[in-house]
Amino acid sequence: MSDYAVIITHSTSHAIRAEKILLSAGLKAKMIPVPRHISSDCGTAVRIPAVQVEESKRLMDEKKAPYDRVELL
Amino acid sequence: MSRQFMYGTMHEKDVIYLDNAATSWPKPDSVLEEIVRFYREVGANPGRSGHRLSVEAERIRMETREALCGLLGAEDPLSVIFTANVTAAVSLVLLGYLRPGDRVVTTSMEHNAVLRPLRFLENTRDIHLTLVQAGADGGIDPEDFRKVLTGDVRLAVVNHASNVCGTILPVAEFGKIASECGIPLMVDAAQTAGCWPLDMGKDNIDILAFTGHKGLLGPTGTGGVIFGARFDPREVTPLMFGGTGSRSEKEVQPDFMPDCFESGTADIGGIAGLRAGVQWVRERGVEVIGEHERNMTRRLLDALGNIDGVRIFGPLDEQRQTATVSFTVEGMSVSEVGMRLSDEHNVMSRVGLHCAPRAHRTLGTFPEGTIRFSMGPFTTDEDIDTAAGAVARIVHEK
Repeated sequence: MSDYAVIITHSTSHAIRAEKILLSAGLKAKMIPVPRHISSDCGTAVRIPAVQVEESKRLMDEKKAPYDRVELL
Repeated sequence: MSRQFMYGTMHEKDVIYLDNAATSWPKPDSVLEEIVRFYREVGANPGRSGHRLSVEAERIRMETREALCGLLGAEDPLSVIFTANVTAAVSLVLLGYLRPGDRVVTTSMEHNAVLRPLRFLENTRDIHLTLVQAGADGGIDPEDFRKVLTGDVRLAVVNHASNVCGTILPVAEFGKIASECGIPLMVDAAQTAGCWPLDMGKDNIDILAFTGHKGLLGPTGTGGVIFGARFDPREVTPLMFGGTGSRSEKEVQPDFMPDCFESGTADIGGIAGLRAGVQWVRERGVEVIGEHERNMTRRLLDALGNIDGVRIFGPLDEQRQTATVSFTVEGMSVSEVGMRLSDEHNVMSRVGLHCAPRAHRTLGTFPEGTIRFSMGPFTTDEDIDTAAGAVARIVHEK
């Protein structure tokens, strides 16, 4: 399994919101340009450790932060 | 004493600026510095290109959304939309939300930013308008508001405070009533955000229109609207369509917030300045700023009240109004008084109808209008004394 996953959003403002929520909760998150093989319409994604996927989804859903999907890198 | 406290690192000024209801001036140094810093160090178009500076610009915009939520009691920063000014925000909501045949409730104290779109919709889209009539001091009893909220009203829109005479309306009570009736309440907070307490959640405000360049101390070119948790922004058709840096493979406008209402390049330098303004307000506290402005209002009301021939309109009570005072001088046109204040005494005021003809009709000052003094966080006792002294001189010399 890859070390990382990316949170794909439809909008950079959504990506920033997601990043902020995860960082505020003490989780790891980093804005990156969307990897070429993954399609995203806004150009930026949030990279997280693969082990953090479930917890990140839970937190974003709880805080109503919109995202499209999470993909393993 | 208050000048020290309120100014911080402000520069001296010799202009007596009493037109803060039109736009606040001066701005805190931090606002100007932040605008310059943005253009010097960041400069990018937010969210468009994915490069580090573009992301930084988007971050600044997000922090401004968050700061506004914190100040105004909103939960979701993505529910904050930026527009060029509050007039654009009001037009966006009214023109985008109201459908033919809709019933709308508003008041007789509204600014033309609210009334002109509503009259246009009345004339072209068959909406039915009910204006709750305010009393001679601009106030409205919540029961008069309740009486007109029949089940089929689609929207109630009220100004929090009059830009003519400062009268504060009891929006929290209106919010409670509107909520009980299941009718969305929109509040025009142009005159109150930053100097009078507002909490969208507690006050049951569904749509809050704000301006960045008055009580929030940001630059002109900023403003917007915040949608409350209970209101679905998808019920508002955007007024502008275009590029959003999102869903770019599609030729149709995205339907999610905030992108759906933010096509094109934002005034990101201005928004950076607005962030600094909101921070300045939050650091000192709305109550502290409000208290200072109430002191200025009291001082002005007392001083003007002592001049023969001056008539003041509104509540004449600093606890019931913002720091905005309208008055007339017997036997003199408001234009002449305003010109002499500006040219001979360096006192900046605004005369006439203040884009609120309906409010002037309510107060009994239509069509001539009034002279309006409006104070802000940087107004001092000396400013008030000088301005009142100038009025006294003008009256004496007429």
